[in-house]
Amino acid sequence: MQKLTKKQRKMLLRILSAAVLLIAVRLLPVGGLAAAALYLVPYAVVGWDVLFKAVRNIRNGQVFDENFLMALATVGAFATGEYAEAVFVMLFYQTGELFQDYAVGRSRQSIAALMDIRPDVANVETEDGSLEEQDPEDVAVGAVVVVKPGERVPLDGVVLEGTSSLDTAALTGESVPRDVGPGDAVISGCVNQSGLLRCRVTRPGSESTVAKILDLVENASEKKAVSEQFITRFARYYTPCVVIAAAALAVLPPLFLGGWGVWFHRALIFLVVSCPCALVISVPLSFFGGIGGASKCGILVKGSNYLEALAKTETVVFDKTGTLTRGTFTVTGVDAAGTLDPEQVLAWAAAAEHWSDHPIALSLRAASPGAAERSMVTNVTELAGHGVRATVDGRSVCVGNQRILESQGLPVPELRGESTAVYVTVDGAYAGVIRISDLVKSDARAAIADLRSSGVKRTVMLTGDTEAAARAVAAQLGVDEFHAGLLPVDKVELVERLLAKKKPGTAVAFVGDGINDAPVLSRSDIGIAMGALGSDAAIEAADIVLMDDKPSKIATAMRISRKTLRIVRQNIVFALGVKGLVLVLAAFGQAAMWAAVFADVGVAFLAILNATRCLRVDALQ
Amino acid sequence: MKKRYKFVVDCANCAAKVEEAVKKIDGVHDATVNFMAQKLVLDADDARFDEILQEVAATARKIEPDSELYL
Repeated sequence: MQKLTKKQRKMLLRILSAAVLLIAVRLLPVGGLAAAALYLVPYAVVGWDVLFKAVRNIRNGQVFDENFLMALATVGAFATGEYAEAVFVMLFYQTGELFQDYAVGRSRQSIAALMDIRPDVANVETEDGSLEEQDPEDVAVGAVVVVKPGERVPLDGVVLEGTSSLDTAALTGESVPRDVGPGDAVISGCVNQSGLLRCRVTRPGSESTVAKILDLVENASEKKAVSEQFITRFARYYTPCVVIAAAALAVLPPLFLGGWGVWFHRALIFLVVSCPCALVISVPLSFFGGIGGASKCGILVKGSNYLEALAKTETVVFDKTGTLTRGTFTVTGVDAAGTLDPEQVLAWAAAAEHWSDHPIALSLRAASPGAAERSMVTNVTELAGHGVRATVDGRSVCVGNQRILESQGLPVPELRGESTAVYVTVDGAYAGVIRISDLVKSDARAAIADLRSSGVKRTVMLTGDTEAAARAVAAQLGVDEFHAGLLPVDKVELVERLLAKKKPGTAVAFVGDGINDAPVLSRSDIGIAMGALGSDAAIEAADIVLMDDKPSKIATAMRISRKTLRIVRQNIVFALGVKGLVLVLAAFGQAAMWAAVFADVGVAFLAILNATRCLRVDALQ
Repeated sequence: MKKRYKFVVDCANCAAKVEEAVKKIDGVHDATVNFMAQKLVLDADDARFDEILQEVAATARKIEPDSELYL
């Protein structure tokens, strides 16, 4: 149970004492003006601030203010001699407001608790070797911090000494700990589980992973969803319309039918129903909850609008490498041309790719260790979409995909098999092909199936790889279509074609690893970057960021978004439905004023409770 | 220039009204009031930013006297 704030406790006291006073006055055997005067006491106790605010806001030009509407309705009730009702309605209204305040505060707190990943202190090693506690924000880059078991890693850094396993659950929603040793990068926000670690800080506190994540989640609700904008716009017209209807109801029917008092009372009920807060509050609260719940699973959503769009996604486009496949390649064979030694071809390729940290380059280097150190590598040029050219021991070596052969006017040899081919040319002549292959992520197939069952109509895989390699992966995973041999530009163009062809009201999502697909990420309706833990580029470029690299998280995100949208719709329909019903009943004299108050604050309270369901995401993982 | 401020406001509709009014202030490119996070984001002309900010604070006070903008 969350404790009441001082303001809330005071309100509770006022409500309780007003309730007691109301009962007491009710029991007193007085009538007429004396009774009116007595009823004013509990009325003033519980509602003085509403009256005060109403008058003050009117002076500021705020006519359709909730306080004003409530004040007018209750004063009107007093004027028609319904003293007890006036007090009761005010009492009920204030109780509802208190509940509402409490519920909003509570959901705010539970989201804050979710995001409680900010480290409090950093143990900085001073020159004499002792430890000093500092605020992580104040620690300089290059300082050495010591992280004891059980502590949170305060800042992003590199391990200098010690081995341990880190619990990344707060960041990724992933329960398997990550093992680190000297030379490994550690990320702020993880919890050190076993050993003592000495780390060198590599980034200032304000730019640490934790700071970025918190910033992102906190600011997510700035980008408002369409349904959120709809409801605030609706509220702007709703209140004046109902107030005008109330005025009409007070004047027009009695002109023909008579009975001024009856119609006046019904009009007052209209005024109470016209309060817009129940509508306005429930929608942003649901999105806030959905975004909070998603971040609990290691899914960062950068705005309510993206959460909303995700629920409407019917086409999901994947980048293959690093997204559906692990992106760690291994060399599986070398076919050297003519009499060349395969080892030599591999060594040339590894040397030429020495400076690259592309996954393919890493696999070449791993297959030919030390190749670059043994040879002289100069003039390294990156040929975008083709490969790389370098001078290795005086020879001009080109390494890349088939385009690197085409660009030099060389024929592309026919290849069989499903692996990815890396071609090597030396001094303009074909030297051989290195076959490498990549492994499909273990949950990729299930992720595709999951997406389909949660409403995605079409899955597309894009890759710069060969047709054969792409076909094999596509068949293995069950994606609907694939496009191979693409340059980064082609990927943008393809996504643009899909965007142009999509059905109105649906969305196209692109999933990539955020390394070199920033243009596609930003071009698609929703850009999803995965494996973002530690990658700033991905966090910047994407609309939705998956902290780990599991494709199954996309389906989780989609389920969360659909649930959130469902709750939003329920709330809108429920709030409008109850208000509409009470308006109709009131017009025919079938609704009491307390029912109208329920249609306002009671509905708001229920909508808030419903919205907090957005936070519960465990079943969706 | 875009800046974020803590903005304590009690009701969701008041937050929406303040947002609406702040957007109309001369020199404000965009403004968002985030009721759940209790924040006001102001994107306004660099040159007159402080002046605009004062006007924003005054507008917020006028529309919802119980709100508080922490500058």
